[in-house]
Amino acid sequence: MIFVVSFLVVLMLVGAVAASIFRDLISAVIAAALVSLIASILFYFLQAPDVAMAEAAIGAALTAAIFIIAIRRTKRYEE
Amino acid sequence: MRRAISIFLLIIVTVGISMSLAKIPFGVPKTKVGRHYINEGVKETGATNIVTSVVVSYRGFDTLGEVTVLFIAAIGLGAILSTVRNKTVKEIEPASLVLYTGCRLLFPLILIFGTYIFIHGHLTPGGGFQGGAIIASGFLLIYLGCRERRISRIASNLAESLGGLIFVVIGLLGLVFGGYFLLNFLPKGTANTLFSAGIIPIIYIAIGFKVGSELASIIDNLIEES
Repeated sequence: MIFVVSFLVVLMLVGAVAASIFRDLISAVIAAALVSLIASILFYFLQAPDVAMAEAAIGAALTAAIFIIAIRRTKRYEE
Repeated sequence: MRRAISIFLLIIVTVGISMSLAKIPFGVPKTKVGRHYINEGVKETGATNIVTSVVVSYRGFDTLGEVTVLFIAAIGLGAILSTVRNKTVKEIEPASLVLYTGCRLLFPLILIFGTYIFIHGHLTPGGGFQGGAIIASGFLLIYLGCRERRISRIASNLAESLGGLIFVVIGLLGLVFGGYFLLNFLPKGTANTLFSAGIIPIIYIAIGFKVGSELASIIDNLIEES
C-alpha cells in the first residue's frame, strides 16, 4: 500500500513539474489534469470519497475542458 | 539580487510553516466540535453521511454562500462573453459516427449517475456539488460529441433559479417554524432510508440542479464563443 501511494505521489510531482515547464499549453493542461486525477485517488485512499468525487469531476474533467477551450481561442504555444 | 531575496523569503516561509506544523500531532482528534459531529451527527440530523450533515445542516449557511459564489462566477462569465460574442454562425463539422453514438449512449447513464449521487447525498458519499459536476461533465460530452445539440438556455436558467429559490425558501421556512435559518423542520425518519433526514435531501437536490445547470451554462457559454 505504501509503495502504491509513494508511486502515485512521485507521479503527481512529475505531473506538477511537467505542467510548469511544458511549452505546449495543451500538454501542460493534460499534466495538470493528471495531478488532479492522482489527487482524487489519494483522497480516496485517505478515506475522503466526497472530496475525491468533487476533485475528479471538477479538477480532472471540467477544468481541463475549460482550459482547452480557452487555449483553442488563443495561442497553443508559449513564447 | 532579486533571486537572492526570493530564495531568502522562500526559506523563511518554509521554516515558518514547518515549525508551526511540527507541533501538531498527526491523526489525533484535536477539536471538540469534530468529535461532536461524529458522535451525535446521525442522531441530530438523521443523515448517515456525516460530511453531508456538516455541509447542509450544521454549516448550511456557508453552503448557501458557496452556491452564491458559483452563481456569481457563472453570471460574470456570461456577461463578459456576451459583449464579445460574434454573430456569425460557423459551419460545424459533425463528429464521427463512433464518437456520436458513444456520446449518445453514455449521456443518459451519466445523467442517471449524477442524479443518484445527489439524491443519495445523505446516505452515501457525494452530494449536490459532486452530482452537479458529474451532470455538467455529461453535458460537456454532448457538446464534444454531438455538436449540433444544444441545451435550451431557458431550461438551464429555470433549473438554476428554481434550485436557488428552493434552498432560500426552505431556509426561511425554518426561520418561520423554529426561529433560525435552515432549521430541520421536517420529520427525520429512520436513519439509512431514502426518505430520512428531513430537509437535507431536498436541499441537496436543489443544489444538484443549481450546480449542474451553472457549470453546464459556463461550458455552453465558452463553447458557443469558440
